[in-house]
Amino acid sequence: MSFVTVRDVWQSYGARSILERVTLDVSEGDFVSIVGASGCGKSTFLRLLLADERPVRGEIRVDGAEPATEPGRSRGVVFQRYSVFPHMTVRENIVAAETFSRPLGRVWGRARREARERADATLERVGLAHVADAYPATLSGGMQQRLAIAQALTARPRILLLDEPFGALDPGTRLSMHAFLQDLRAETGMTVFMVTHDLEEGFKLGDRVLVFDKPRWDTQAPERFGATITYDFDARDGGVPFQRILDRYPSLAPRPPAATG
Amino acid sequence: MRLINRRPARPAAVLLTALPFVAVAIAYAIASEIRLAANPQDKLLPAPATIWDTAVRLFSEPDRRTGEILLWRDTAASLRRLAVGVGAGALVSLLLGVLIGLLPYVRRTLSDFVAVISMVPPLALLPILFIVFGLGEMSKIVLIAIGITPLMIRDLAQRVLDIPHEEIVKAQTLGASTPVIALRVVLPQILPRLISAVRLQLGPAWLFLIAAEAVAAEVGLGYRIFLVRRYLAMDIILTYVIWITLLAFVIDWALKQLSRRAFPWKEAGL
Repeated sequence: MSFVTVRDVWQSYGARSILERVTLDVSEGDFVSIVGASGCGKSTFLRLLLADERPVRGEIRVDGAEPATEPGRSRGVVFQRYSVFPHMTVRENIVAAETFSRPLGRVWGRARREARERADATLERVGLAHVADAYPATLSGGMQQRLAIAQALTARPRILLLDEPFGALDPGTRLSMHAFLQDLRAETGMTVFMVTHDLEEGFKLGDRVLVFDKPRWDTQAPERFGATITYDFDARDGGVPFQRILDRYPSLAPRPPAATG
Repeated sequence: MRLINRRPARPAAVLLTALPFVAVAIAYAIASEIRLAANPQDKLLPAPATIWDTAVRLFSEPDRRTGEILLWRDTAASLRRLAVGVGAGALVSLLLGVLIGLLPYVRRTLSDFVAVISMVPPLALLPILFIVFGLGEMSKIVLIAIGITPLMIRDLAQRVLDIPHEEIVKAQTLGASTPVIALRVVLPQILPRLISAVRLQLGPAWLFLIAAEAVAAEVGLGYRIFLVRRYLAMDIILTYVIWITLLAFVIDWALKQLSRRAFPWKEAGL
């Protein structure tokens, strides 16, 4: 059953073709890594999924709903930078994820106290409780991204979009962020799309790895043609294929030797 | 060592800061001395001691006719005009700046208009303001407001546009409506910018204030300077000029402190 359905999506800015003929089906709970060279439309595709941009042709549906016209609560996002609000403390950033959908973006009285308590519980879980009253600018890059992910998940989106979320982190922090993300995913079973430059990261975290590339090149006009999905790897089971084929085709299982005697 | 890498250490740094002030004071004292030596009745460059005596008299002696100390009355009147004019300008520019920066429809409607309006020399409008609003307080306040608002609108609108698009998108994915984004994401981040915009525009605001007071007023710092000019009372003029400079400096410093206290997140990253 397809959860995220992408049908023949094209995107171009003026004469510059970015994406063409992108079609994709993603099941609920899948982790999809998106890799590709710079400028091959990975981030554009993510913005289309986010509904920050509308495709010139084709459509993207989540759970069969009408194509979205603007970003909303069904899609959470974490960018490489600027993903948290610099003027709010760490706790306020988490509380905002709950209260921004209210008419004035705030809650008062008991609701406010409860929201703060829930935020503190979230911060405890992601290991940021000790900096709850600090401003994001005082945190390390890894802590800021952890906050950004926690904030995005607090809004309980249907799909989570990550645009090179660990691109600016040092290798050690990156590894701990992988573990953090895998834990959260095991907990929530969320559908995730992650754009990354790091192939290893893409294969390590993803159930599927999509490669974006330009299948056609016009050397006289490099911007004539856009990119599309050129490879779609199954990255489960360490990338070794057919490890679960018996689940789908039990009849392929070797028959137990007929009992003799 | 290259010149660009040489930095003054503590005692030298303080000395260098004081140097231009002391140099100007000494140059004035010498010039005044030379002129007074040639003509003890000279009024152009009164001796520093004379200025000091005049200042003490202006700050402490009440006017013989009204019983009030004129300098304080002038100061109160001018500061009131300045505060109301700058305050009104700041409010209007904050509102329009956020709207222009955030809403494409308002931006398309107003941004070119504001760009053109900001090119009108405000002082050229002064006669119109006197005709429309009369010679009272209103025309002076309006001149200050009109003089500083267009530039502040442009500055603030640009600052709103400079807020990373990622933040705006993030707020939308958290379910924020346009008013919530304006009030909870844009406004708090633009307020420190408003204060620095006001600090920048205070110079022009003083200019417009003193110009308006010079043309038509009954009280005010600018009015007094232009009044005593008729008697070539350089000692009074200089006292007022130094006083105005001091006021402007203190206001600027206070706004800077306010910005640092009120927006700790702004300093946090440094």
